Amino acid sequence: MTSANAVAVVLVIGVTMYAIFGGADFGAGFWSLLAGGGESGRRPRELIDWAIGPVWEANHVWLIFVLVVLWTGFPSAFEATFSTLFIPLSLAAFGIVLRGSGFAFQHTARRARGQALATAVFGAASVLTPFFLGTVVGAIAGGRVPVGNAAGDAVTSWLNTLSIVTGALFVATGAYLASVFLVSDARRAGTPDLERYFSDRALVTAVVTGALAAIGLTALHADARTVFDGLEHDGLPLVILSVVCGVAVLVLLRRGARRGARALAAGAVAAVIWGWAVAQHPYLLPPSLTISDAAATNATLITVLIVFAVAVVFVLPSLGLLFTLVQRDLVRETSQPAQAPAEEAGSAT
Amino acid sequence: MLTLASNLTAARSQMAFTLGFHIILASLGVALPAMMLIANYVGLRRDDAYALKLAQRWSKAVAVTFAVGAVTGTVLSFEFGLLWPAFTGRFGEVFGVLFAIEGIFFFLEAIFIAIYIFGWKYLSPRLHFWSGVPVVISGLGGAFAVVAVNSWMNQPQGFSPTSGDVTSVAPLKVIFNPAVPYEVPHMILAAYLVTGFIVASIYAVGMLRGRRDRIHRLGLLIPLTVACIATPIQFVVGDTAARAIAKDQPVKFAAMECVQQTSTDVTEYIFGRCTSDGVKGGIGIPGFDSFLVGFSTSTQVTGLDTVPPSDRPPSNTMLHWAFDTMVGICTLLIALGAWFGGVWWRRRDIPRTKWFLRACALSGAAAVVALECGWIVTEVGRQPWIVYNVMRTSDAVTQADGIWITFTLVLGIYAVLGTTLIVTLRAMSRRWRGESAEDVDVPYGPEGEPPPTALAGGSA
Repeated sequence: MTSANAVAVVLVIGVTMYAIFGGADFGAGFWSLLAGGGESGRRPRELIDWAIGPVWEANHVWLIFVLVVLWTGFPSAFEATFSTLFIPLSLAAFGIVLRGSGFAFQHTARRARGQALATAVFGAASVLTPFFLGTVVGAIAGGRVPVGNAAGDAVTSWLNTLSIVTGALFVATGAYLASVFLVSDARRAGTPDLERYFSDRALVTAVVTGALAAIGLTALHADARTVFDGLEHDGLPLVILSVVCGVAVLVLLRRGARRGARALAAGAVAAVIWGWAVAQHPYLLPPSLTISDAAATNATLITVLIVFAVAVVFVLPSLGLLFTLVQRDLVRETSQPAQAPAEEAGSAT
Repeated sequence: MLTLASNLTAARSQMAFTLGFHIILASLGVALPAMMLIANYVGLRRDDAYALKLAQRWSKAVAVTFAVGAVTGTVLSFEFGLLWPAFTGRFGEVFGVLFAIEGIFFFLEAIFIAIYIFGWKYLSPRLHFWSGVPVVISGLGGAFAVVAVNSWMNQPQGFSPTSGDVTSVAPLKVIFNPAVPYEVPHMILAAYLVTGFIVASIYAVGMLRGRRDRIHRLGLLIPLTVACIATPIQFVVGDTAARAIAKDQPVKFAAMECVQQTSTDVTEYIFGRCTSDGVKGGIGIPGFDSFLVGFSTSTQVTGLDTVPPSDRPPSNTMLHWAFDTMVGICTLLIALGAWFGGVWWRRRDIPRTKWFLRACALSGAAAVVALECGWIVTEVGRQPWIVYNVMRTSDAVTQADGIWITFTLVLGIYAVLGTTLIVTLRAMSRRWRGESAEDVDVPYGPEGEPPPTALAGGSA
């Protein structure tokens, strides 16, 4: 494998991690928004806060990781993407600011009104940010990002069917992942009513996400033949893997199985991303900029790979430690969410 | 062309504003964990429940400022593409490696901050203390990597050719560029002294309002000691940096001191208005500028006349004032430190007069002003170059429309963000004050948490 391809693999690893962990975080915000105000929405939101509190910060570092690898390894692709897609990326950046601060402050805001506002901002930004990031991916897959400083169309590059469907798919995928993860968290918290609550939502979003993915495929067929053809050939095994994982999650959830649903849901998302990467290979920005065209000098690529190896050695064990401590309840921000009082248990589902 | 010129102003304004905002949070992110760990260490060493309580409170402040700092930092990484795509497109492969290194440190910092903050009740005291150590180390590492990028922009090397597409990169020469030895320590010390004085000023205000308990005393003493040690060192490092800049970036130095013509026996002006005929007004010390550059009044100082006007930094008076303000504030803070140190040496106590607390109360804001002034000196002083003598800022800017709109939005959102951050921190401190003196329970040990029926957020 060339060093350019190796760095591209690192990039896709970063994208995968962000899609799974960042995506689940966005999804949690989506459910927090949808839970609604008042007493009925309080308990699901409490579970969400409890579940994502200690880890959310680390999740969003993956986005910075992706940006840095992109601009270091493939600077011309970064330039083209960020200048042509100035509008959706600016909006995504604003979404990240609002989301991050909404989350930081909803725990510290004392008055109920302040908390409600922070929660609403957090929820709304959790929907808008992945949507705009999705339109960016749609624009790239659709071949609407030409090389250069703002060489593409500022508006139609990301306001088109493929981009919008991809944006919606991103939101749905995050919501799907979050609901599956929250089923496990609800079990860990000992709240069977919330387990059912999120299990129901996981089933619905699984179907919606599948439907959006199918619409996305037709949009790809119409709009981005290079990527579609790639999916039909080299990427096909991964697409099938994703579908199998997705269906398996549905079966496990229906049966109320205790294990496997989270890993399979993450696998379904990862398989789609790798399928996209394989389908688009060797192009970084279809239809003309290839990975090797965009690649930085070899010395830079090698250094990126070395830094990545160091990161694997140091960061992964630390991340593992954090997740282990969280799962063993040794690291805890807020107290365990309330068990449902008898009368509330019925109304919550 | 018109849109480009206007884009450049908008992009520079947005970058200056977002960086100026982030630099405060980044300084807190680098140094506040150190204050927290010192309090934690004191608490464990002397079995001091108050010091532990302080460490726990500061860890909550770390959580909030780090979260907001992470957000404003993410915005900056977007801006590399949104505002300066041609810069990143051409040189991303050169300086990007430093950001990759920074990414590791940032990741580690985020992970261990989470473990430390959320581990108070559940980890053993020793283990918990050690979980904070990587936070401090990765803060220093991250600061090194980010500031090294800025150093590289001032002293670019390790790539070729210097015009057109980069075809070869020597990463080690990029990482250890000639400006690193003075810029990196200068910024890290700045982070420690700014954080120290900010935290000390908060507790000084509390003491002025009559809250003289042990928590306030420790809350003043720990950060003030750190800051007062950092400040004189900073003065020496800064002086070295200025001399290095006179050699490495003579035009920047000339703009800082408003030296129009190259000559010897150059007068050092304190403040004054910078005009094309030299400084008007201000306090002049004959020959002193030459002396500062080369320890002799016969040292030749390069003037702005050595380069065409298009290669000179803009806003000379502002630059000159920013530089003098930074040096002036640092001098005053050293005096404050000497006062504190002298009295402490004689009596093992802080000076009794209220004027000392008043001075401490002002020191935080003063240190922030000095920080911003230093940033203006290095950034505006490098103009019109984004990469010194290699790439012009005007060639780096995006050609996308709408930067004035995003800048306006940024102003609005950051104003709300900054206000909310301050309101939140103040509310936290009020809540802590509400805890009566006797329930200073040790943060470690038996579960002091409310029963599991409590609402989420009740303990945050």
